[in-house]
Amino acid sequence: MQRPSDFEERRKHLESLSDDQLKDRFWELAREIVEPLYDLAYTHTSPSIERSVLLRMGFSSLEAQAIVSAAEKRMLLGKGAGNLVLKYADLKNMDYISAGRHLAENQGWDELQQTLGGTV
Amino acid sequence: MGEQNHTLNPNEKLDVKEILTDLENYRPRRSGWTWRKPDPDQKLGPFEYKQTSAPLKRSVPLPASKYFGGIDPQPDCVITTEIASGRFEDDLRRMRMAAWHGADHIMVIRTTGQSHIDGLLEGTPEGVGGIPITRKQVRATRKALDLIEDEVGRPINFHSYISGVAGPEIAVMFAEEGVNGAHQDPQYNVLYRNINMQRSFVDAAVAKKIMASSHMLQIDGAHNANATAREAWKVMPELLVQHAINCAFSEMVGMKKENIALSSVPPTAPPAPALSYDLPYAVCLRWLFSDYKVRAQQNTRYIESDTREATVTHVLNLLVSRLTTADVQSTITPDEGRNVPWHYNNVAAVETAKQALVGMDGLKDMLEFKKDGPLPRQVREIAERAVLFLEEIKEKGYFNAVHEGFFVDSGLYPERKGDGISRDPNGGIAAGSIVEREKDYMAPVCEHFGYNNLPKGLSKPCDLIGGCTFCDRDKIVYIDELDPEDNVEVRIRKVEQELPENMIKPEVQWKGDGYITLTIFLPEKEEIAEYASLEIAKKLGLHEPEVIHKGIMHPSEGTLVEVKGIVPFAIDKTALVIPEKPKILSEDEIRDYIAKNPMKVVCGTVGEDEHSVGMREIIDIKHGGIEGFGIKAVYLGTSVPVEKMVDAAIEEDADAILISTIISHADIHRKNMERLAQICEEKGVRDKFILVAGGTQVTNDLALEAGLDAGFGRGTKGIHVASFLVEKHKELKAKRTGEGNTVDED
Repeated sequence: MQRPSDFEERRKHLESLSDDQLKDRFWELAREIVEPLYDLAYTHTSPSIERSVLLRMGFSSLEAQAIVSAAEKRMLLGKGAGNLVLKYADLKNMDYISAGRHLAENQGWDELQQTLGGTV
Repeated sequence: MGEQNHTLNPNEKLDVKEILTDLENYRPRRSGWTWRKPDPDQKLGPFEYKQTSAPLKRSVPLPASKYFGGIDPQPDCVITTEIASGRFEDDLRRMRMAAWHGADHIMVIRTTGQSHIDGLLEGTPEGVGGIPITRKQVRATRKALDLIEDEVGRPINFHSYISGVAGPEIAVMFAEEGVNGAHQDPQYNVLYRNINMQRSFVDAAVAKKIMASSHMLQIDGAHNANATAREAWKVMPELLVQHAINCAFSEMVGMKKENIALSSVPPTAPPAPALSYDLPYAVCLRWLFSDYKVRAQQNTRYIESDTREATVTHVLNLLVSRLTTADVQSTITPDEGRNVPWHYNNVAAVETAKQALVGMDGLKDMLEFKKDGPLPRQVREIAERAVLFLEEIKEKGYFNAVHEGFFVDSGLYPERKGDGISRDPNGGIAAGSIVEREKDYMAPVCEHFGYNNLPKGLSKPCDLIGGCTFCDRDKIVYIDELDPEDNVEVRIRKVEQELPENMIKPEVQWKGDGYITLTIFLPEKEEIAEYASLEIAKKLGLHEPEVIHKGIMHPSEGTLVEVKGIVPFAIDKTALVIPEKPKILSEDEIRDYIAKNPMKVVCGTVGEDEHSVGMREIIDIKHGGIEGFGIKAVYLGTSVPVEKMVDAAIEEDADAILISTIISHADIHRKNMERLAQICEEKGVRDKFILVAGGTQVTNDLALEAGLDAGFGRGTKGIHVASFLVEKHKELKAKRTGEGNTVDED
């Protein structure tokens, strides 16, 4: 976009603001701009976020990578990768680290998906 | 486990192999950022400081410190240095050097392309233009910094980057490994790394929440607009907008204001009238962002190969910091425009900051900004332009504004030149990779941002798994190496084979790299000087010579050229013959002794020698000569016959005779020395006088052979001669009074 400066025209409504009011306006606008970005972040996740959950659960970066890639392929990321691991551990009645390692080795996904009620 | 069981010895090199030992059991000693503790009324030596913090336990002071009792005042703000050569094992030694000069914020730049890697890297591969940030590398660096901070006596903040497409994972790893600060700004991903904007903001929220939980200091990425824009001073309103977006987003996610720092760069540099832009901008920024921290970065936009020019620009930037505020003072190495920074240039940059900040201590107590005139007018104008910018983004939405190329446009907003960076909200790296969290989305870990359908009644989310890594460190999985070839152990072995322990080579970044720089002035025009310099370097035997700087002194009268090249040999340090250093007393010690035992010396240039420069250097108070210590010097001039020197000494009842023989031919200097001793013997006054000779061809051994008490050659300073005179005087006094070898007058 190209546009000549229209600063004098554009600023007219700011002229009457005191310095403090101008500063308040600055921060009010900044917060309003980021609100929709915050909402987007609050309601969404990503492969990196899910790997960060698995890391915090005690999986290695390699295991986290494998589990999240498989979950992504099966469109299961929206449930949370940690959640998937815990569900699979319940299903197989094993500790969650072993369950995660099974999933990382690409085992058990069909079974897990059936339990979750999704389609294979 | 993992306890530090050794400390660094200042007289020994850092043992990198020791650092790499038992890393799997290392635990960081703390998390979060540490500020210096300002002492607003600190007394050091004869001075009182307003803007300093506690001195270091061990440090290298500024060169002039020796005139001020060795004081090394440390400014009140944290000082940053950026270190990343591609081999972290060599960077650790540089970090130690930088810490001794006053750096307490070590920033490690990532290897090229890491921001596009979707996942964590492991091991210690070699980097390009930076370090591959991995758990092992981070852990080893933090471990080394723990030892270094104990050695210098001040906490060191370790810092890297939580951006790119693996931000949340890197944030977790940094929190686990005790990294103290990081860059995090989704706008950086979007604008400069072309990473999908939705992914960038979604990831950033999670990363920021984790950073907040471990009290890391966050630094934003706004300074990049400054370094990218064609006319950097025109992006001032946008810089404020970028800072505000990252601040507001970070705060909403849960970061405390005091842990949010703006990366702010003075926008321009001479020959622009820099301060008339930089100062209003700095004042405006600190007014609008009064609740946040400021990391004052230095201008890199206009730096090329001239290190002197870079240093002057940086000092002007430091003036802006002192006229306003800086919580973190970053430094840029003066060779940044030439190459990946070299060891000593990190030290140079830290020294520049320390020297300038200490030199301007208390400046603001003497000055105040004018309440009217260009400064407040421009501050208001920049703020208004930023508010208008925000209004338009608000109206369009952030993603659309980026799409339309609103950012990094070279027009001064609201003018738009149409050359901004435009990104597609649905494009870029990792586009389409975010997923809506389903109703039953759940993450059983602490410090997790966003919607999380946890079961009710938990005291903390990780109860579901019996603790997450933030609550139970033992759950962290440490991977050592994945690549059997590209790793630190292989590199160290190779360097050890090429350069055994007793052998030394010059070094600018990696052990044994062999680089040196030649500074050459040639009385020729640029092109001829450049190629002639390369020939000189080749004839001197340097490998791979390369011109790294040219400065035109005059279009035809001359050019200054700096050439780097590799030295093709190593030196065996065990075979070096190093002469013993003469004993030097402190200035105070000499003055005290002379005050109690006044000394008089007769001096002059002997023989047919009209040179007086050397002798005057040794005598004159203004050159740091012996008069400065209270020794009375009777100067007889040049071409003085040796006999006359002795007669004058007898007449003056002097304690010593100093002769200078600067230019010597046919062994005249030796003959003159012998003659001085001989005449003194003949007149029966040899025991009365201390006899000293000096000159370019004089050595102590020659003088002793000639029957004198000492000889001083090239590079001698007044303090050397004064130290000798005092020591000898003590010895003679003791002999005369028969009280043994030494008499301590104190």
